[in-house]
Amino acid sequence: MPEPLLQAVSLECERDSRLLFQNLSFSILPGTVTRVEGPNGSGKTTLLRILAGLNDAWSGELHWCGKPREQNRESYLRNMLYLGHRPGIKPLLTPLENLRALMAGRRPVSDEVLLQALAGTGLSGFEHVACRNLSAGQQRRVALARLLIADEPLWLLDEVFTAIDAAGVEAIEALLQQRAAEGGAVIVTTHHDLQLPGMKFITLGAGENDEC
Amino acid sequence: MNADVQLSLKAEDAAIGPVRAMIAVFARDVRVAFRQRQDLLNPLLFFTMVVTLFPLGVSPEVAFLKQSGAGILWVAALLSVLLSLDHLFRHDFDDGTLEQLMLQPQPLFLLVLAKTMAHWMLTGLPLVLLTPVLGLMLHLDGNSVATLCLTLLIGTPVLSLVGAIGAALTLGLRSAGVLLSLLIIPLYIPVLIFGTGTVAAAAEGSPVAGYLALMGAFLFLALTLAPFAAAAALRISLSNS
Repeated sequence: MPEPLLQAVSLECERDSRLLFQNLSFSILPGTVTRVEGPNGSGKTTLLRILAGLNDAWSGELHWCGKPREQNRESYLRNMLYLGHRPGIKPLLTPLENLRALMAGRRPVSDEVLLQALAGTGLSGFEHVACRNLSAGQQRRVALARLLIADEPLWLLDEVFTAIDAAGVEAIEALLQQRAAEGGAVIVTTHHDLQLPGMKFITLGAGENDEC
Repeated sequence: MNADVQLSLKAEDAAIGPVRAMIAVFARDVRVAFRQRQDLLNPLLFFTMVVTLFPLGVSPEVAFLKQSGAGILWVAALLSVLLSLDHLFRHDFDDGTLEQLMLQPQPLFLLVLAKTMAHWMLTGLPLVLLTPVLGLMLHLDGNSVATLCLTLLIGTPVLSLVGAIGAALTLGLRSAGVLLSLLIIPLYIPVLIFGTGTVAAAAEGSPVAGYLALMGAFLFLALTLAPFAAAAALRISLSNS
């Protein structure tokens, strides 16, 4: 058994005096893609935000590589990539400037690499157009360009297929599998019918919570 | 299962120092602001309007303006900064860049400090630069104008820093404006009192060093404590969103 990258022990979260989940435990092993399932409002996004460290209103334990996450927050943040509902793109900046800003606090990346990533998401020719002039799908693609240059082993992707066309969806699925094959781990929420070989599931909102 | 070794935990050698991350945040905010120049002009326009309306509405007497000019300018500057505060984190919150900022492997209070410094440079500093012109319009003498500019130069960063705490706390609320003012104005009052007090002392010819030292103390207190408080407030606001 390889050591789990991320381990959750009896997570519990209450939101607006409604219990979203309790006693939720799971391990995220390297080399896996895990899908968080559940109906609307069952807490998928909340769970991902808790895992990302954006939501502090939970109880339980979270371990990153065997150590409590809160004790090595910076190491965790450097090894984790989170893409949320909101793409994290400034409408007034160009795709290139946005990517530069997103990478700025993480690690040095040359403009050529960023331009290549943008080309890889089908945005060549739009590098210097303000993002507010791009379509919703193109704006999401700017955020997704980070997946092409990511060296973080753990990806947390919330509704990553929203506003993406069929070819784009295929490309993302390939990226998820590739990351898992490289020994990373991906946790994803989606209403898109995602089927990958060896995929794991965390099911929310069905009363009982499955362990995996 | 050795595949993950090369991939995971490469991060111990910090690739980018906090100072470079701060500069990047600062530069990004300035760049965004200059792409939306009307937002930059709003506080300046408000400042100028309030100051020009006072002589028209109250009294154009030279004696009155000489006596209350510094107070008018300080109050107008304070309100202009207060009006601009809601934008400090709001846009970033709405488009998700604030989340990404908080997930950078950097101390959050330093990034908040960088954002606040950008806010001051884009609102407080222009107000200070405009003050001499409006001061002359209110018949303040050269000595008073110089002291006034100095107090605003020390005081407006305090307004931005303290305001950042309020802006961060009220971020998740839909109508944050009133609550923000209620939270922040009491904290602004000491700065206002000492700011105008310095100018009054200068006009009387009494020494101002003591006043300025206190203003400086406010500034350093705000510089050292406000970013921590604002960062903690941001965590709470993001937790509830």
